[in-house]
Amino acid sequence: MSDIFYLSLQYIRYHKKKLMVLTFAITLVSWLPLAMQSIVEQTAEQLSARANSTPLVIGAPGSPLELSLGSLYFRTKTPNSLPYAELAKVAASGYAQAIPLYYRFNAQGNPIVGTNIDYLVHRQLQIAKGRHVAVLGDAVLGADVAKKMALGVGDYVISSPESVFDIAGVYPLKMKVVGILQPAFSPDDQAIFVDIKTTWVIQGLGHGHQELNNKASMAQILKKDGDNIVANASVNQYNQITAENADSFHFHGDNNQRPISAIIPVPFDKKSQALLLGKYLEEQGRVQIVRSPKVVNELLDTVFTVRDYIVVGIAMVGIATAIVAALVFFLSLRLRKGERFTLARIGASKIQIFLLMAIEVISVLFVSAFFSSLLILATESYGIQLLQKFLLT
Amino acid sequence: MALELRDIQFKYPDRGFSLCVPQLTLQAGENIALVGPSGSGKTTLLNLIAGILNPHQGSILLDGEDLTLLSEQARRQHRIHRFGMIFQSFELLDYLTVRDNILLQARLCKNVKVDNNLEVRAKHIISELGLADKWQRNINALSQGERQRVAACRALLLDPKIVLADEPTGNLDPKNKQTVLNKLVAECKQQQRILLTVTHDHSLLPTFDRVIDIASLLTPESNSA
Repeated sequence: MSDIFYLSLQYIRYHKKKLMVLTFAITLVSWLPLAMQSIVEQTAEQLSARANSTPLVIGAPGSPLELSLGSLYFRTKTPNSLPYAELAKVAASGYAQAIPLYYRFNAQGNPIVGTNIDYLVHRQLQIAKGRHVAVLGDAVLGADVAKKMALGVGDYVISSPESVFDIAGVYPLKMKVVGILQPAFSPDDQAIFVDIKTTWVIQGLGHGHQELNNKASMAQILKKDGDNIVANASVNQYNQITAENADSFHFHGDNNQRPISAIIPVPFDKKSQALLLGKYLEEQGRVQIVRSPKVVNELLDTVFTVRDYIVVGIAMVGIATAIVAALVFFLSLRLRKGERFTLARIGASKIQIFLLMAIEVISVLFVSAFFSSLLILATESYGIQLLQKFLLT
Repeated sequence: MALELRDIQFKYPDRGFSLCVPQLTLQAGENIALVGPSGSGKTTLLNLIAGILNPHQGSILLDGEDLTLLSEQARRQHRIHRFGMIFQSFELLDYLTVRDNILLQARLCKNVKVDNNLEVRAKHIISELGLADKWQRNINALSQGERQRVAACRALLLDPKIVLADEPTGNLDPKNKQTVLNKLVAECKQQQRILLTVTHDHSLLPTFDRVIDIASLLTPESNSA
């Protein structure tokens, strides 16, 4: 028997290129549908888990899907905004803790999320290095952002302008990195967290500039009427908040009217959740409340339908490949007709000849199954992370 | 040891060819050349003796044992143990090296162990046939003449009682032709083997003890292709 294996091994060695291509093809078509299923299921699990941990989201009227995706994944370009005063209303209802989110801005494509420390607590995000946001201009980076931008505690991150042609619009703000989060394997890893007021500074709703109530600034003052001072354009505006200029930063107008993208209400219990939902459903039109799990499940239904189509497509490709593989084996066996004839003439038994032929087929199928299993295991362990790392970032 | 054919009748089912051999006796140590025109049944006769084909009638007696009465499996065992065959088309496997092609028959034999001694013997034979440096070469890298010598080496390896050679020098140059044939004849003579060689090369006939024209063996019922 060992001699037959030896001879088979020589055959495989000699025809390694043909057999490798065949093995690769069979491995791929057996792995792809399972990988697709595994990745979709893992993604669905992650989506559901995040949505389930955020059962309700309150935002401006508009698309519930956009509001859910924005508040869960910070993946919306120009979110509708609602006034900051809404936060106090949710808190005042007594049904939930209210967490503000303002995710309109980004730094090199990474969302800047204006919020407060409650968000980090709610998401159980741990600081790996440095500290939490403490003052205006502080930033805490998600693990992936820190790695991608090669930033550490003490470095600076600059917000990206919304439009280079909008000279009256958003100016870049240089923010100090005070902390790096531990990897959470969620969209939080790709976000930059700042205080909600810092996002308003980015938007230009708050600003800091040189002191105008001194002699040195007299030349720049155009008009002075009590506390109101009108100065010319040469007044130095700060684009970075430092310990020295922090006191000069101030906001004009009513804090309650400043914008936020969404509110995450964290209900105290199931009953509070139901009451809050009822309260806001009555107010639909002014603001909207969405049940994230429901929205995500609707999205997943679509994803699963698409997945089913893809799996059917891949399965058909698999069947075609299996037919081609069978044809290749059949042709290979036909090509080996002369070899079978030779072996029979020099005295090989029918079993020996059968084994010699079968080992080629069995080896290819076995090796394909082995690699396919390895790939499936790898997909289940690392597929989703790799996909997020290489495709979604 | 003697090989005797009696009243052999064979007919290919899908061809109009039939072979009838009333009597043929070959003695141990005898070197016989079998000559005759193409399609006259020389290769068929070798295949009948080797048990690759089984006659419809008659007996093939090897030391008194009628090979035609044996099962296919038993004939196969006989073929491995007692016959060495050099085929016209060499019957070498293209994915094996010279070494593995020579040892192929031994690997298929349950009672033979492919060990160092057998390899030494194989190396000895192949070096006498002038191919010592090709031992690890793939068979596809060899010329037709070299392959023919590899086939001859394989036929001699397991110390067969009978060597059946179908045109064993057909692809060799004159010098190698005589060398290979001399080696075959000397080996068989020394080991008291029967050597039955089909050849069209009349210049080689003086090397043999006996020359048989197949036409002289056949009865009028034989019908060549």
